[in-house]
Parts: sequence; C-alpha cells; structure tokens
Amino acid sequence: MDAIDRQIITATQGGLPLTARPYHQVAEQLGLVPEEVIQRCQRMLEAGIIRRVALVPNHYKLGYTANGMSVWNIPDTVVRAMGVKIGALSFVSHCYRRPRHLPDWPYNFFVMVHGRNRAEVETKVDRLAAVLGPYDLEHDILYSTRILKKTGFRLHHQRIE
Amino acid sequence: MTENLSDSLALDATDRCIINTLQTGLPICERPYAAAAEQLGITEEGLLSRLSGLRDQGFISRLGPMFHAEKLGGGLTLAAMQVPDDAYEKVSTQVNAYTEVAHNYRRNHIFNMWFVLATETPEEIENVLVSIAEETGYPVFNMPKQEEFFVGLKLEI
Repeated sequence: MDAIDRQIITATQGGLPLTARPYHQVAEQLGLVPEEVIQRCQRMLEAGIIRRVALVPNHYKLGYTANGMSVWNIPDTVVRAMGVKIGALSFVSHCYRRPRHLPDWPYNFFVMVHGRNRAEVETKVDRLAAVLGPYDLEHDILYSTRILKKTGFRLHHQRIE
Repeated sequence: MTENLSDSLALDATDRCIINTLQTGLPICERPYAAAAEQLGITEEGLLSRLSGLRDQGFISRLGPMFHAEKLGGGLTLAAMQVPDDAYEKVSTQVNAYTEVAHNYRRNHIFNMWFVLATETPEEIENVLVSIAEETGYPVFNMPKQEEFFVGLKLEI
C-alpha cells in the first residue's frame, strides 16, 4: 500500500459515488487516470485490504432492531471447523474467536446474530446451538441496551466499517 | 419498532432484491452499477435512481469498499468492563472521552460496558487499555479478535 492507495482509500471511505462511472469520478477528484484507480482497487481487493465493495444496509431501519451478541464456550480444538460452519449461516454477520478470561469470562467464540426481535434472535441462537451440538459447553446472549458512543472509526484517517 | 416495520414495508420487491444482492458485492470495473443492474434485470439508470432513493431514505448505511482494519496497519480490539450501576454514567463519560473509542455499548450482562478501540498502531492498544483502567479504577478485559470467520451483513429482507 503506497501513498496513492491511501488517497484512494480516503476518497472512498464515505462511499462510492452513485454515478455510472464511479471510479472515474474518484480518479478525477485525485488527478489520476480511471484505469489506475480501478487497477489499484482490484489489487487491494486481492490483497484483502478491501474486503469487498458492497452495500451495507441500515439494519435498524429495515426492522432488525434486536442484535444479539451470542458468546460461546467451545473446545479450542474445534473453533476453526465450527467457525467456518457458523460463519456460512445467512443470519450471522460477524463470527470471531476471542480469548477467555477465566474465571470471569469463559467464552471464546463470538457470533453476532441479527433479528427483528429477541424471540427471533433466540430462535437463531437455538439453531447455532444445534449446529454446535456437544461442543456447546455453555453460551449466553448479550443484547445492547444503550448506545453509549458511536462514531465512524478512522485508522490513519480512513473510515472503517 | 412499529415505525421500523412500516419503514421496511415501504420497500417493493425490486428494492429488496437490490439490497439483498448488493450486500454480496459489486464488481470493481468501469461501470459496476451496469454489471449489477444486468444481474438484477433492471437498467443501470433504474438501479442508480433506486439506490439514491434508498440512500436518501436512510435504508443504506454505506455503499462502497469495505476495508480490512488490521491490514491498514492500525490497532483494533474489543474490550469489556464490569461497571457498578452507581458509577456507570461517570465511567461511561470517562471511556467515551478517548478518541480511540469508536463504539461503546451498554449490554445486559455483568460485563455491561463493551467498546471497540481503534488506534493508529497496534502497540497503542495496550497503553489505552491501561490508561482507561487506571483512570476509571475498574479492570478492562481485552478481547481482541484471534481469528475471523465471517464479517459482513447478509440480511435477507
């Protein structure tokens, strides 16, 4: 990643223009040729710096107001296999392995589940439990009850989802 | 919530199809919307006009490249605290004052404060966590991502 890549990241952090040739607009803004912007974006996609170019819906506005952070204690040896399986489910938005903090925090597997209400989230968590089967040693669901702070966050002046 | 439900009922089948399809991704090419429109069976013009409508009505949080935070060179972590009710407001103010704290949520658990830290370099994470613990007087539990299996919304609406 060089200075020009960073300029492209900065220029697209707020989103891609809604015009027929959005990369042309970005190029014009930065004084580059469109082909270079497209090639650099493709390269960042291949390198995994760009996860993908996609639409992120406003899930609250779409009625998905219950967002449960389900946390699981599963054997370390099966985390990877289960992560791949669980991550593929359509109602899962984030799926991570994180450290336990014993004895306070026994959970090592975090799965964000979105639903229109808590009952829907719980039904989905039951489906996760069924997939995990005997590996589900214990689990819990944490709901956010208040947003204390929410800012788009920036790393090196770049906004990240 | 009733309001949210009626909001989403305002969407027609094409809008829903657009939202569902574009969550998966747009190609990086000269005319990405034309490529997506073809897949959806609508015109490029039609797609662009619907997308601006959806954006203006607040149905779209973002449309563009999604960046991988760690690969951009910064530090990122999730941290949690157990804060007693009578200290909650004060601690919340103290934590939120850090510019490195991007999101902070109250959750219904003994661990009732959960925040995301984003720093310019990975090394700074530890310093900020120590500083928050010292300033608030409560331990901060660092829960960095050790492995990632899926990131991205794919809500079926």
